[in-house]
Amino acid sequence: MSVVDDISFPAPRESGCPFDPPPAFRRAATRISLWDGKPCWMLTDYRDVRAVLSDRRFSADTRNPAFPFLLPGQQQLRREKPNFLRLDDPEHARLRKMLTTDFLIKRVEAMRPDIQRIVDETLDAMVGHGSPADLVAEFALPVPSLVICDLLGVPYEDHEFFQRQSVRLLDSTIPPQDVRAAFDLLIEYLTDLAATKHAGSTGILAKLAARDDLSAEEVANNGLLLLLAGHETTANMTSLSTLVLLRNPAQADRLRAEPELIGGAVEELLRYLTIVDTGLPRVAMEDVELSDGLVVKAGEAVLLILSMANRDEELFPGATDLDVTRDARRHLAFGFGVHQCLGQPLARAELQIALSTLLRRLPRLRLAVPFEEVAFRNETLIYGLKQLPVAW
Amino acid sequence: MHVTVDQDRCCSSGQCVLTAPDVFDQSEEDGLVLLLQDRPDPALLPKLRTAAALCPGGAITVAAEQVEEVEA
Repeated sequence: MSVVDDISFPAPRESGCPFDPPPAFRRAATRISLWDGKPCWMLTDYRDVRAVLSDRRFSADTRNPAFPFLLPGQQQLRREKPNFLRLDDPEHARLRKMLTTDFLIKRVEAMRPDIQRIVDETLDAMVGHGSPADLVAEFALPVPSLVICDLLGVPYEDHEFFQRQSVRLLDSTIPPQDVRAAFDLLIEYLTDLAATKHAGSTGILAKLAARDDLSAEEVANNGLLLLLAGHETTANMTSLSTLVLLRNPAQADRLRAEPELIGGAVEELLRYLTIVDTGLPRVAMEDVELSDGLVVKAGEAVLLILSMANRDEELFPGATDLDVTRDARRHLAFGFGVHQCLGQPLARAELQIALSTLLRRLPRLRLAVPFEEVAFRNETLIYGLKQLPVAW
Repeated sequence: MHVTVDQDRCCSSGQCVLTAPDVFDQSEEDGLVLLLQDRPDPALLPKLRTAAALCPGGAITVAAEQVEEVEA
């Protein structure tokens, strides 16, 4: 392959619909060049993306010298003891298994009344402040933040601090040393918290801190992954989903008329929006043949573009349209393979409850500014909205 | 119809429990898949195929050869 394209990450979406994947991704398997000149395969085909994610011959370990970092700031976070998302089995399985029982289907189902209470109270507060309001700050962010803080045992009172640092951690526009500084602050915060939690409090952080086989660094690194994944992703899915439904009133009306569709609708929104859209990085440990005879050689880096895989026309006919009645469960928005999102039952429950409550309680919800003025998060590694001014 | 699960491949995503709760559960000790019945009602075949397809670890195998036998 001789063609090497330069693509910056996150890739711009300036032309066309802001809910569609960036135009730079609209092509078949491509050899691209990353910011540091490292060559990398960009794979967009559903079959290829799913095949690579399920294939243990591809490594997710950031300590591998060939690992493709999307940004210099992310490379700054290369660790001797990465969180489990950035490790291969058996190290990955060892750490992940410490957390699986916290996200059992039955466990999350039992949390639904608590999540509903948090959603109701947060919405009460937003409505109490009066129309218009910023749905991101007053609803989409506080709900998952309150839920994950409770589950982890992190004081919600500290949310301004850790949310600000989390946004810096994922920001592609700030100097690498600032990304590193945000990371260090968060790790220091979680290390201190875990040390005090060790004294018998509840929550996942305390549970991890009480283990003899985990270092304080491992507790903090994996705690940070849960904290970040627990609120950045769900918050952005909630606000973007709300905006998409406001832009597709017939779909929103359908959901109001048939609330039982919410489970499938959330899958469709996950597919359609695919907010982890910059590409999942992997390194081939052996030569692997993919579709159409493409061979990824041992030591080569690949980026898997989930948003494009989720627009596969064969699997999802009319894939560029949102259809809340579609069976979208085969989407890859949570990834696939051994690293598939551990918190997906919780994310589903939160999105189902938050969106159905919003539709039911605020049937006249509308944008408070022209659509063109909505501020998208174009510069971070998780897609979303900065603000969503709404009225009702 | 015969269903088998491989706990070594299970990543506790819970997709199987959401799809076919009569056939799959999760262990409360370690979160791994539990098979509630290995020869479920053939009417469940579409759901079981979906569960197998959705399983991120490829831990579920559904052998449908015996469906005809049962139906006959």
